[in-house]
Amino acid sequence: MSQKTYQLLKNKKKNILELWMKNQLADEGLREDLISNDELRSQSEELITALVSNLSGDNFTNLDSDEWSPVIEILGGIAITRARQGFSPRETGNFVFSLKEALLEVLQQEISDDPKTLFTESLKINRMMDSLSVVTFETFIKGREEVILRQTDEITEISTPVIRVWDGILALPIIGTLDSARTQIVMENLLQEIVETGSSIAILDISGVPAVDSLVAQHLIKTVSATRLMGAECIISGIRPEIAQTVVHLGIDLSNIITKATLASALAYSFKVMRLEVKKISTVTKF
Amino acid sequence: MTLSLSKDTIQILKEQDVVFLKNRVKETAVKIKMGLVNQTRLLTACSELVRNMMRYADGGVCIIEVVSAGRNNGVRLTFSDKGPGIPDIAAAMRDGFSTGKSLGLGLPGTRRLVNEFDIKSKVGEGTVVTIVKWANG
Amino acid sequence: MDKIPILRMGAFLLVTIQVDLYDRLALNLEADLVQMVNKTNAKGVLIDISAVSIVDSFMGRIIGNIASMSKILDAETVVVGMQPAVAITLIELGLPLKGVHTALDMEKGMNLLKSMIEETEEDADEDQTNDDFITE
Repeated sequence: MSQKTYQLLKNKKKNILELWMKNQLADEGLREDLISNDELRSQSEELITALVSNLSGDNFTNLDSDEWSPVIEILGGIAITRARQGFSPRETGNFVFSLKEALLEVLQQEISDDPKTLFTESLKINRMMDSLSVVTFETFIKGREEVILRQTDEITEISTPVIRVWDGILALPIIGTLDSARTQIVMENLLQEIVETGSSIAILDISGVPAVDSLVAQHLIKTVSATRLMGAECIISGIRPEIAQTVVHLGIDLSNIITKATLASALAYSFKVMRLEVKKISTVTKF
Repeated sequence: MTLSLSKDTIQILKEQDVVFLKNRVKETAVKIKMGLVNQTRLLTACSELVRNMMRYADGGVCIIEVVSAGRNNGVRLTFSDKGPGIPDIAAAMRDGFSTGKSLGLGLPGTRRLVNEFDIKSKVGEGTVVTIVKWANG
Repeated sequence: MDKIPILRMGAFLLVTIQVDLYDRLALNLEADLVQMVNKTNAKGVLIDISAVSIVDSFMGRIIGNIASMSKILDAETVVVGMQPAVAITLIELGLPLKGVHTALDMEKGMNLLKSMIEETEEDADEDQTNDDFITE
């Protein structure tokens, strides 16, 4: 970009901002529920100030250069906050695209007498703004991914409750697919709870696990072995017939593990091991 | 892309150095908020590798680094010695293989405990083992 | 500190490992413990590792050795109080400590030892009666 255009943009900063704000406020997709006009204005002003003060003729399209990093930082910050606040990609995109329009409009007003310069300079501005849009989208998606990751973490936390079914007996119902990250959490929670409660029997109920392949079986065996090392016994219950079928078809050896069809039978087995008896109290009858 | 954020070099010559090394590794792991189980995995792996270094090469050097890739931080340990080297790495990486009188779990077991494992060895020149354990991984 | 104290309590030996073992200390413990089992004619060994934060393959081997050696000398070994993180790491390392009995804490370990010894004594009693029967 020529020095002239650069100076021009710098001088016209106020005009650009006004035009940009006008464009944004005129947009149908304006989300006043998510961001107030004042906030929007200060965001826009911050970005535009960074943009014009960091512009110099040479590094125009090279976004990797150091001069650009403050601009990219501000833009990235805006994109991430918008992703978290729940703006749609279109709304976030419009934020940047409307700036492009404002820039081009000012340029057109100022150098209307020289079509050739206008064209080349517009092209350059276009290219610059396109690069900035790419950055915006990259950061926006990254922001969204962070939200998703956080939720995944929350789900794994929530979905592995350890229940004390009896003094000395823990139960852990697993619902959903058991992958290695999940197994880690299940195993850690279970072992920690065993230590805290001093329970000698843990029941891992897999009725809610859709499928058991050799990897899942390995995870289960690992959990059982670790439990035994700590001095407690681990029973796997809730094995559906089709799971029993796949386990045998895949040639997985579960013979070292105590397995039960239902949680109830696992509990009954635990009572036997702990030498407890559940009795039906006969109703008192008078003769 | 993995970036190195800090670097710490420790000479391992005698048994006291091993204790010192383990403490430093633990401090580093705590600093990047590594969970207790991962800390234990890292320290156990470190313990295995440093023992190999003491036994087969009479000591060496360990470099402790904090590394970062994207949003994840980790600890990278590099063990280098000037020992006899390992003639057959593939065999050494198999469970139950040992030239010394051990269980032969050192190298293959260590690989299972960490996220990244790399071993380079030249007979007569020495061995370099690099491991990375991510804070959440 | 170059020695880990071994306490005697009735027919049992108690060892509480309070520090992270380095190799020489572990080897000393192995030797001392086997000596003690022999000397005191102990029937059981309880090793409390609740304060140990790392067990690597060498330490694992020492624990296995102690169990096997004691077994030859007619004493059972129970390892108590293993930390969850240590248990997970040992499994991943490939060391399930076969032949070593485990318990959650000292009390449970003691009960386990007692029940194991009772069983062997019952067996011995049965042998005795059988012998009597034959001699009659």
